[in-house]
Amino acid sequence: MDVIHTDVLVIGGGLAGLRAALGARKRGQKVIILSLVPPKRSHSAAAQGGMQASLGNTAKGAGDNEDIHFEDTVRGSDWGADQEVARMFVHTAPKAVRELAAWGVPWNRVQAGPRDVIIDSQRVTLTEPEAAHGLITARDFGGTKKWRTCYVSDGTGHAMLYAVSDRTIAEGIPVHERMEAVSLIHDGERCYGAIVRNLISGKLLAYVARATCIATGGFGRIYQSTTNAVINEGIGAAIALDTGVVPLANMEAVQFHPTAIFPAGILVTEGCRGDGGLLRDVDGHRFMPDYEPEKKELASRDVVSRRMEAHIRSGKGASNRFGEHLWLDITLLGEAHINGKLREVKEICQHFLGIDPAKQWIPVRPAQHYSMGGIRTDAHGAARGLSGLFACGEAACWDLHGFNRLGGNSVAETVVAGMIVGEAIADFCATPEGDMHVSTALVRDCREQENARFADIATSRGQESASVLMQRMQAIMSEKVGIVRNGVDLTVAVDELKSLLLRSRQIGLRSSAPGANPELTTAWRVQKMLKLALCVAYGALQRSESRGAHFREDYPRRDDAQWLKRTLAFWRDPEQRVPTLEYENLDVRHMELPPGWRGYGARDAIEHPDTARRQAEVEQIRARLAEADRHAVQQSLMPFRHLLPTHLRGPNARLEETA
Amino acid sequence: MISILRRKNDTQPTRRLCIQVLRHNPADAASVPHLQAFEIAEAEGMTLFIALNEIRATQDPSLQFDFVCRAGICGSCAMLIDGRPGLACRTLTRDLGTTITLAPLPFFELIGDLSVNTGKWMRGTSERLQTWIHSSAQTDLDALEAPMEPELAEAIYELDRCIECGCCIAGCGTAQMREKFVGAVGLNKIARFRLDPRDDRSNDDFYELIGDDDGVFGCMSLLGCHDVCPKQLPLQTQIAYLRRKMAVIGLA
Repeated sequence: MDVIHTDVLVIGGGLAGLRAALGARKRGQKVIILSLVPPKRSHSAAAQGGMQASLGNTAKGAGDNEDIHFEDTVRGSDWGADQEVARMFVHTAPKAVRELAAWGVPWNRVQAGPRDVIIDSQRVTLTEPEAAHGLITARDFGGTKKWRTCYVSDGTGHAMLYAVSDRTIAEGIPVHERMEAVSLIHDGERCYGAIVRNLISGKLLAYVARATCIATGGFGRIYQSTTNAVINEGIGAAIALDTGVVPLANMEAVQFHPTAIFPAGILVTEGCRGDGGLLRDVDGHRFMPDYEPEKKELASRDVVSRRMEAHIRSGKGASNRFGEHLWLDITLLGEAHINGKLREVKEICQHFLGIDPAKQWIPVRPAQHYSMGGIRTDAHGAARGLSGLFACGEAACWDLHGFNRLGGNSVAETVVAGMIVGEAIADFCATPEGDMHVSTALVRDCREQENARFADIATSRGQESASVLMQRMQAIMSEKVGIVRNGVDLTVAVDELKSLLLRSRQIGLRSSAPGANPELTTAWRVQKMLKLALCVAYGALQRSESRGAHFREDYPRRDDAQWLKRTLAFWRDPEQRVPTLEYENLDVRHMELPPGWRGYGARDAIEHPDTARRQAEVEQIRARLAEADRHAVQQSLMPFRHLLPTHLRGPNARLEETA
Repeated sequence: MISILRRKNDTQPTRRLCIQVLRHNPADAASVPHLQAFEIAEAEGMTLFIALNEIRATQDPSLQFDFVCRAGICGSCAMLIDGRPGLACRTLTRDLGTTITLAPLPFFELIGDLSVNTGKWMRGTSERLQTWIHSSAQTDLDALEAPMEPELAEAIYELDRCIECGCCIAGCGTAQMREKFVGAVGLNKIARFRLDPRDDRSNDDFYELIGDDDGVFGCMSLLGCHDVCPKQLPLQTQIAYLRRKMAVIGLA
């Protein structure tokens, strides 16, 4: 049997996995990264508009700091986020941007002096400070009080991924490409690595590791209309779920991005609206101010997507032969700006729509974009349920984003979580728990079990087609578990997904090509993806409230009294047809920012009984410390620095604060 | 309302496309390279990504190809499209004839059908050319970042936009003759790091990496790379400039 031994096995070669690998490697661990594709082709490369970090270098970013980024993030999450994790994140994000700058990311820089920008459809002249000349600049994004999104034109993820990937090459970390982890090796208490399928030869190997980190990204491909890459099938989360002991959290929290080109579903960045682009309807009317007078096009993504769908339902959608859509108008930004700062958008419009966005409007409609849910971890990235298993990035529910993620916070999360979780993995390896006594019989059994699964599918005479089941699942998810949900549709969706899960055991193949037969790969994956789809749909059916991206038209209010809690989905018995759901409470009594109105969207939440008391307590502390500096106030409200690795605890320098 | 479709005439009959794929499965000892034709009905806005997936879903589930982002960003799907290297995901069938011939990129190790191992070659080239910032400076993550002129950052990004798709290598005359030639992708990376003040390496250091016939002096200036680059990188000027700089070092 082919067995490969390592200290740390990182599953996934996107930004989160690469950065975690670098952290563990720096601490002397032997690390191997597995990746479905060459790492520079990971979906991280598709992050266009930028990464949030409160550097505060620009005129419109002046006065920004961790406190404001924290509040924006928690409001964005509709109070679903873990506030300690949000604090760790906003504190580390400036360090991550600066580390990436040192590694070669060509961040766009501040040009001192006057410059013309478009704000709320008006041309405005901003004057950038002399002292900031050459420092990292930022653009506006949705749901933020300051211009905080650091960027590299609209190829931010690409530039970040190349710099971090090149760093792993510099450190000599091997990446085993075209490898797919197909199950975790575990005994119900500890994880010992993974069984891995070579996607060229089709052979199974065992990777035995003291620590295993899943960083496989999101599961957008369970939806028909998605901005996600075709590799975002959620298999990393699915193999964690299959252990029966590791829960997936908040799977019903699925983000829909307002501006995917219609009908292809390819993303055009939120930076289009951040830089001044507008949404228009069939009459050319700019409709967002009618719904959201304060943030307009720049409310959070869940709110904008919902308003867009409602506007289409009210009969105001434009239409082409593929169906109804709305328009994104960036013509007012001018050709020079589009050629410089939105060039990927320009290329996408040229190649996929045959239009010039400097002259014509872009047809857009919301599409699935991001999975807030994932493998439940603690603040250090350790997965619940199995010792030695970690997760980070979109695959994890670290729980930075709650029920809605802010634009620019995910690509930031990848590197920030990588920095924190990489250290935690190294810490774990240094403890007695990090030592391992693994049974060769266990490794062999795990491999044989997977071998049998693949052989069963390959030799089955079943009549079902993997691609038909896949398409049906994707259609159900987009039609019935989308932006606007209700109990009737969700019940139908759960029932049909259950029947698809049964049918998926009857898949027969039409081809038997030697090597990694792509039909066999699809047949194996669709069984896993159906379980994820059931976690999403069943979780959404049970959650009888609306929070962030989870909107129930039959329960339109956010209900803190009943639902200020995180969903945990377990699949304990392989024969069960829906996940077992458990819930964990978010504790209002320790929140730095108790639940309230987000500043956009509906204002009708049902209050949690502890909220008023905690709010009074927070106000008292703030009044008592009126003279103290903001760090001391924060420390009294909700200490978090002890959760960070020591070298990430220092204060972040800013122009204003150091001046 | 604006029109998003080049072909507006709804009454125009749907075309039948004949997509010929050069097939071979190295994992199968019995496999012989051959052209296989698939017929499909063209759909509005159809890309080669959509067409190939439809063929795999409805006609031949064993067909191998690589797509990831399907948005022209990740560089996975480069192939020969009617003989010319290009990104299949963003190629619209309406821009091609009714018979379309697809073949894997030459030069790279074949995995099967249209799938080639560009990743292995690119990693090897990165290791060989050391395509990362070489700096002895310690970064204080708590401190303000070092400033950089805005134009310089943009100039670096201009070269950083390479997506390692392999089209330039497939379109390169030298690469067909010299297996170890680093190609436009490699030379562009050197140009990128040479421009970056955060990288401590000198022209002498870069000369050690590319100052020979497998590097910048191997280029015959046929510039197929420049013509086929899907990101329209300024390969012609970068290679010429780099060659002048390296020649000065070589002659010194």
